[in-house]
Amino acid sequence: MDAEITLTLDGERRTVTVDTRTTLLDAMRERLGVISPKKGCDHGQCGACTVLLDGRRHLTCLALAVSYDGAEVVTASGLAGDDLHPVQQAFLDHDGYQCGYCTPGQVCSAVGVLDEVRQGHPSHVTEDLDTDPELTDDEVRERMSGNLCRCGAYAGILAAVHQAAQETAGHSA
Amino acid sequence: MRELEYLRPTDAAEAVAAVTGHPGARFLAGGTNLVDHLRLGVATPELLVDVRRLPLDQVEEVETPDGPGLRIGANVRNSDLAADRRVRSLFPAVSRALLSGASGQIRHQATTAGNLLQRTRCVYFQDVTTPCNKREPGTGCSAIGGYDRYNAILGASEECVTVHPSDLAVGLAAVDATVVVLGPHGERRLPLTDLHRLPDDRPDEDTTLHHGDLITAVELTASPMVRASTYYKARDRASYAFALVSVGAALELAEDGTVADVRIAWGGVAHKPWRARRAEDALRGRPLTEDAVRAAAEEELADADASAGAAYKVPMVRNATAMVLTRLAREATR
Ligand SMILES: Cc1cc2nc3c(=O)[nH]c(=O)nc-3n(C[C@H](O)[C@H](O)[C@H](O)COP(=O)(O)OP(=O)(O)OC[C@H]3O[C@@H](n4cnc5c(N)ncnc54)[C@H](O)[C@@H]3O)c2cc1C
Ligand code: SF4
Ligand code: FES
Ligand code: FES
Repeated sequence: MDAEITLTLDGERRTVTVDTRTTLLDAMRERLGVISPKKGCDHGQCGACTVLLDGRRHLTCLALAVSYDGAEVVTASGLAGDDLHPVQQAFLDHDGYQCGYCTPGQVCSAVGVLDEVRQGHPSHVTEDLDTDPELTDDEVRERMSGNLCRCGAYAGILAAVHQAAQETAGHSA
Repeated sequence: MRELEYLRPTDAAEAVAAVTGHPGARFLAGGTNLVDHLRLGVATPELLVDVRRLPLDQVEEVETPDGPGLRIGANVRNSDLAADRRVRSLFPAVSRALLSGASGQIRHQATTAGNLLQRTRCVYFQDVTTPCNKREPGTGCSAIGGYDRYNAILGASEECVTVHPSDLAVGLAAVDATVVVLGPHGERRLPLTDLHRLPDDRPDEDTTLHHGDLITAVELTASPMVRASTYYKARDRASYAFALVSVGAALELAEDGTVADVRIAWGGVAHKPWRARRAEDALRGRPLTEDAVRAAAEEELADADASAGAAYKVPMVRNATAMVLTRLAREATR
């Protein structure tokens, strides 16, 4: 069965007809030419396909495109304006990538993490659920744990998230 | 994957009718489990009834039959539920259970009902080239005599030895949650501990729900005991892995330090969240000491199958229970 869906994709309204079995990831990559979100595991296990969907980090390999008709999607390549997004710049400054395959997902996830912390969302390692968490190393590691990196660029990613947190303090994503 | 019809109803009754009227229909929520199963060939529905946008997405303060509490809409995202200030302070075990599950991205996508109704992570269940009674009744169970490290130690049958994977379900079992279900004949309520079933000779049926039953909400009743609740999960990695075993617990001590009331729920040990009622009974009225908890857990584990590769779970769940309850007791007396 085919269905017509409309997405706001990196700020642009895009309409496409998809088979109902198509995932959002495949619709973007194969049908709409948006290849910034990467296909890693295709089963929700690696985070490479992460985008910001209606403002939050979200996987696209386990989302059927038809179910997200009308959604606003921002991929890593849609984050930059005239300048790089502070998270993108921080990844550059701290060598947060090697092959770069996981990077678009890592970047989107980091943007989401900073927003979640700003909203006071706790994580598994937050000691006291009644207080707002602070972004310690442990908090960053736990919150970014849904994004795997085969190259092991984690040390750079950790530093990048800290830098971006400082730079965006007080702003919203 | 075969051809798939898709429907997005606008209210819950319409969704129930759509699935009830079609044997090949399934509800779709966040899709983090069902879409995976479509792609693996584990699930082969003909019609998806998308309930993700039904307005069942609020956490509301309500009067439950047992007192003031919260009504959690079936579509509340796992991340929103874990972050809800009321859940964090009144039902910490629920928040902790959610935060220990999956990843930040998945928790934004996964829903309350979807999480409870996710299916087992048994490797054979997910691999359509192997026999599995849960996926295809009558074909046999590959996990018996196969890779058995994740197997159940309680309540398994000769037909199926897998465990239920949901952390949330265990946290909810520890705070005595109620599930609200809308079926073709109207609404009914059941204790969370009656939602999932043991495999017996029907491992293909995970729950007591019927085709077309829609979970609309989960209700929680507040009490001093559940306010002092927590959740602990042992896993192979520090994060982003399913439980080997997990413990959800709530404790109320009397003035003299004895156990006024206690609830203990175990994950990773059975086909359903396992309420350790025998252990609870053994502890009530006794001083809460580490030895007492171990002895109580031992009673609960009397029938455990400690033979195969999952035998390590027996001491693991006993130790975890002792740690969790002594910690709760320390916090209560501080
Ligand atoms: C990599 C990975 C790691 C994970 N790790 C964990 C973990 O550590 N702990 C954990 O607990 N979970 C974990 N999960 C599982 C995840 O939490 C579940 O997949 C998710 O909660 C399912 O919710 P959903 O809304 O996406 O459900 P869906 O996939 O949409 O649906 C799941 C099932 O529920 C049914 N359903 C949905 N809503 C309703 C309703 N209202 N009424 C009746 N039936 C309904 C569907 O028909 C389907 O059968 C993990 C998942 C992945 C992919
Ligand atoms: S343990 Fe259950 S789910 Fe796993 S192969 Fe056996 S029957 Fe299937
Ligand atoms: S490709 Fe989506 S999580 Fe791996
Ligand atoms: S930089 Fe290569 S996978 Fe992360």
